[in-house]
Amino acid sequence: MTEDAVIGSLPALEMRGITKRYPGVVANDHIDLDVRRGEIHALLGENGAGKTTLMNVLYGLARPDEGTILLDGQEIRIAGPSDAIARGISMVHQHFMVVPVLSVAENVILGAETMSGPVFVDRRKAAARVVALAQRFGFDLDPEARVGSLSVGQQQRVEILKALYRDARILVLDEPTAVLTPQETGEIFTLLRRLAADGRSIVFISHKLYEVLEVADRITVIRRGRVIGERRPGETTEEELAELMVGRAVELTADRGVSRVGETVLRVEGLRVADDRRHEVVPGADLEIKAGEILGIAGVAGNGQDELVQALIGLRRSLGGKVTLAGRDVTGFSPRRMNEAGVGYVPGDRHKFGLILSFPVYDNLILTSYYRPPFARGPLRNDAAILESAATQIERFDIRTPSAQVTTSTLSGGNQQKVVVAREFDRELKLLVLDQPTRGLDVGSIEFIHRQIIAKRDAGTAVLLVSAELDEVLEMSDRIAVMYRGRIVAQLDGRTADKAEVGLLMATGGRDTATITATPAATIEETRA
Amino acid sequence: MSGIPQALDAIPVLGILFQLLGYLVANIEFMSHTTVAVAIPITLAALCGVMCERSGVVNIGLEGIMLTAAFVGWIAGVVAVGILGPGTQLPVFGITVPLLIALVAALLAGMLVSLLHAWLAISLRVDQIISGTIINIGAAGITGYVYSLMASKSAVGAGSFTTYRVPSGVADFPIVGWLINAVLSQGPIGIITILVVIVLQIMLFRSRWGLRTRAVGEHPRAAETVGIDVIRLRYRNVVMSGALAALGGAWLSMEQTNKFDTNMTAGRGFIGLAAMIVGRWTPLGAFGAALLFASATALSTSLQISPPQGDLGALMGRVPGEFWEALPYIITIVILAGLIGRSIAPAADGQPYERESAT
Amino acid sequence: MSGFGRVRRAALLSTVKRAAIGAARPIAEPLAAIVLALLVGAVLIVLFSGLVARHSAFDLGLPVAAYAALLEGAVSPNGMTATLVYATPLILAGLGVAIGFKAGLFNIGGRGQFLMGAVGALAVATVVGQTQSSYITIPLALLVGALCGAAAGFVPGALKATSGAHEVVTTIMLNYVLVFVTYWAISGPLALPGSPQPISVDVATRNAALPIILGRDGHLGILVALVAVPLVWFLLYRTTLGFEIRAAGANSDAARYGGMRTNRLIVLTMSLAGLLAGLGGATTILGVVHQVAPGYDTTVGFDAITVALLARSNPIGVMFSGLLLGAMRAGAQTMQIQAGVPPELVDALQAIILVLLVVNVLRRWLDGRSRQHGSTPSAAADTAMLADATA
Repeated sequence: MTEDAVIGSLPALEMRGITKRYPGVVANDHIDLDVRRGEIHALLGENGAGKTTLMNVLYGLARPDEGTILLDGQEIRIAGPSDAIARGISMVHQHFMVVPVLSVAENVILGAETMSGPVFVDRRKAAARVVALAQRFGFDLDPEARVGSLSVGQQQRVEILKALYRDARILVLDEPTAVLTPQETGEIFTLLRRLAADGRSIVFISHKLYEVLEVADRITVIRRGRVIGERRPGETTEEELAELMVGRAVELTADRGVSRVGETVLRVEGLRVADDRRHEVVPGADLEIKAGEILGIAGVAGNGQDELVQALIGLRRSLGGKVTLAGRDVTGFSPRRMNEAGVGYVPGDRHKFGLILSFPVYDNLILTSYYRPPFARGPLRNDAAILESAATQIERFDIRTPSAQVTTSTLSGGNQQKVVVAREFDRELKLLVLDQPTRGLDVGSIEFIHRQIIAKRDAGTAVLLVSAELDEVLEMSDRIAVMYRGRIVAQLDGRTADKAEVGLLMATGGRDTATITATPAATIEETRA
Repeated sequence: MSGIPQALDAIPVLGILFQLLGYLVANIEFMSHTTVAVAIPITLAALCGVMCERSGVVNIGLEGIMLTAAFVGWIAGVVAVGILGPGTQLPVFGITVPLLIALVAALLAGMLVSLLHAWLAISLRVDQIISGTIINIGAAGITGYVYSLMASKSAVGAGSFTTYRVPSGVADFPIVGWLINAVLSQGPIGIITILVVIVLQIMLFRSRWGLRTRAVGEHPRAAETVGIDVIRLRYRNVVMSGALAALGGAWLSMEQTNKFDTNMTAGRGFIGLAAMIVGRWTPLGAFGAALLFASATALSTSLQISPPQGDLGALMGRVPGEFWEALPYIITIVILAGLIGRSIAPAADGQPYERESAT
Repeated sequence: MSGFGRVRRAALLSTVKRAAIGAARPIAEPLAAIVLALLVGAVLIVLFSGLVARHSAFDLGLPVAAYAALLEGAVSPNGMTATLVYATPLILAGLGVAIGFKAGLFNIGGRGQFLMGAVGALAVATVVGQTQSSYITIPLALLVGALCGAAAGFVPGALKATSGAHEVVTTIMLNYVLVFVTYWAISGPLALPGSPQPISVDVATRNAALPIILGRDGHLGILVALVAVPLVWFLLYRTTLGFEIRAAGANSDAARYGGMRTNRLIVLTMSLAGLLAGLGGATTILGVVHQVAPGYDTTVGFDAITVALLARSNPIGVMFSGLLLGAMRAGAQTMQIQAGVPPELVDALQAIILVLLVVNVLRRWLDGRSRQHGSTPSAAADTAMLADATA
């Protein structure tokens, strides 16, 4: 597709003056957006900038307070997802909208079932159609496989198949690369170009600058609910886009400085862990972290990282292996004993493990230390001490809250995470275990938390960082361990590690490049190149 | 010649086990029939639970729905007989016009109570266990109130359905005849129940309704994003399933007996809930679990009606009668506690859903 | 900077306003539910008086007569004492249900726990009462009753902790089992020797009747209940154990991470709930009932759920809602005698109160009025959206 063709074609979709207000915040403030036929249009903005709200308006999941939507020049009203689907608009959500216990075919046809008669689903025909569709776009999916047993990348393909099955002409993808390896990202970009060449329009939502520059035909940047600017990839730079997105100049790479490495703090030998379904997802992990060092674990989500971390921290029983902390055997310690041994932990799911959202901020700040002085006097709480300590931490960790008594659920995501960080960082630590410490946060909060992590490391704490964001791992780690199917398959120097190499290790578990080219989607990329 | 029995008596435990086995064989016909009969209201309650919970709505108001339906069926019978007279019986199942009116009234009452649960749980997003508890308290209260007002009058209901008589040729069929007889010599509600179990099992796993129900119970947001109206589907399932629990209530006041008693459901709704869990949220499994629970009742009824003789009888005589009455409840607790770890509820079970759509 | 100060002041002001509304709400909302429920109850009385009862026509005056009798039975000098007596087990068992709610547990086992408390107290009276003075018998009977109740709570708690069996099903099943245990006990080991009918001993003849401290039958148990209220409040909000219970109820995963042993907390909380309900059973037997015949049963288990829900699980609130329900129970007898309205009306009223409470009539009405000025959809939906938009 040439540039002239893009410019010449009519907008397939036009959103004019979309405004969406929630109490106390304008999520979308008169946003204009147009997407042409055969175009990949990137919507770039920070977490919370209003990208998802805008797309929810388009998909009928939110009703705009003002503004109109035009499809092929015709004004339309979208009252719900079924309206959107009927008009050829489909969405691939950031959190996949697939039902894990159903099969691939069942997920694809759900809501638009292939029937035999008025009552029963024609499962054979459905499976055949799914296979045919997948082959047409170069995937390989077993229609009878349970979606819950598929990899993240495959689940995403199920999502895309759902859209194609409904013959979507406008396809919205919300942060589709957040959980993918660089290779999988490459594959999805290939697929998007192919879909665009097929005459479909793609809206690509992201906050990653280089991705947007790589794949988009046009980029619209939004910040705090407003359109800040529109650029073409050839006419802009990462620096300019970053400044547009955040509203100020941003250091694109944190200065992590030089670490002064000390003694070995954590040693993990042959740790074996099972998941909730009693499958042994970590068949034997070996790790070593020294004082003053950040070890990043890179890996595609679902390769045993969560289970490994939970076993380390005592939330999950290990099946075997040994964990040593500063020379002391801490295998099988409970969360409390680990905490008392000098381990801090920022859980991956802060709403599940990190916080009690219905409790006031001050109670969350003592969640792991409520039972010991000064917060407890014998069996009694010492509320004076609790409140005093809370006031200090709110000040020190810049937690934006009206008071310590406020219910934690009313804070923004960034400030909620700061509550967790304040609780876990604010004492002498031997080891700090961080699971997705910045997931879903705005740039300001991310910078703040990264600075705190570096400060902790410089004070001599050993840091274990697990993140689905490969960029974060590459940026922060002194050393990188790649996890694949529950094993540490490689360890690399964080300063010299190459992104493509790490990505390949994440995807294949080894340096054998033959493995990856065997997948059909990758074959397409090669033929295109 | 009597050496062997004497030797057996010398080993008391073994002897009593043999006697128990002999007793069970001798009474198998009575017990299997009773088992199926007792399992019917439990199964119906469990099926109601399956339909609700597969779509993501916990319904512990089963007990109250059954009780209301049992009461309304009975009182509608009183009114219908008062207006129409007792009516003539059809040759099958002893069906009369007042009985049919009463049955329809019972089903409508059950669906109406379910509608209240649906409104509280789905629209108002009240905690579903609290909503169900309110229904149980309310059903007991209101039926108890009106019943005690009625108690002064000796009101006659519409009577009860009679059981199907299995043709003697079939019942005498060797080996399986007694089993067919046990299963099929039920009233119309009993036979409908067995059919519903099979139909629902097929529908849940083969039909569009079943696919959508399962999707909504597992991941309602995903269902909504493909255009399924989660709220409407849940409403429909909860209200329709109310008719099933109501059928269980009607069985109590119109098939098992011909009268109403305060709190006559006696926990069957909750046993049904347990049967649903043990049966892993499938209709067939729930039926199987209900049969298991019911067999405890059948055994204790049998032991009371025709007490065994000999050592076994002497041993049983020393067990207080209250134990046998409590046995079904004890069995329910034991099986529930023993099996539950392997039974996984639908992922969105009990979670209120907030529609995201603009309208 | 002054602009910022103004914003801060406005925020502070709105916080104060919200706090004022927040303080009034726990009282105003239940009150609205109760008043409306009485109106609905009046309709019920009229309707069924016309349809089924002796009254030949719809008697519009009947609700007035019935409620007047209810009120008289509840607040006349004798009625006041009766109200307190009825409220005693309701407050105790209601505290038990409230503690359960705080820990995320739904204790429907009040009936069985109450009966076990009764059996425990009777057992002490039967075995010890003949030889010991009341100074020994009464405290011992209360203690054993409480412990028997705790045991009845322990079982479903332990089942949930070890196997995950839901406490709603197990407590209800256990209720039925314990009803039979009670019948067995009073017709067997605890039966009055030489009596033609199976009936328990009379605790008054065994130095076990609670002393009367108020009016004709206001027994010491009233004081026990009133003392339990601040104790439970103190436990929940001023001790680390209370923090653990509340944390485990609000988010058991986070509690587990915080080093709390959530399974132990489940067992402990259920036992505590059973202990309180058992104490309710023991005080009722030792203070009012004195002698138990087979067929003895209680509505305290379900009433306690209403009490805890009305109070939104606040121990202080439990005291007031317990008194309210006690008053209704006390007045029900008078209502039946004077107006011919069956006492079961109180059960129906409870359910109506609860429906109106969860439907939250008052807030809906206020929201409806404020909505006329703006175009906000439902409040719950908005907060969820807000979280999404600002995350």
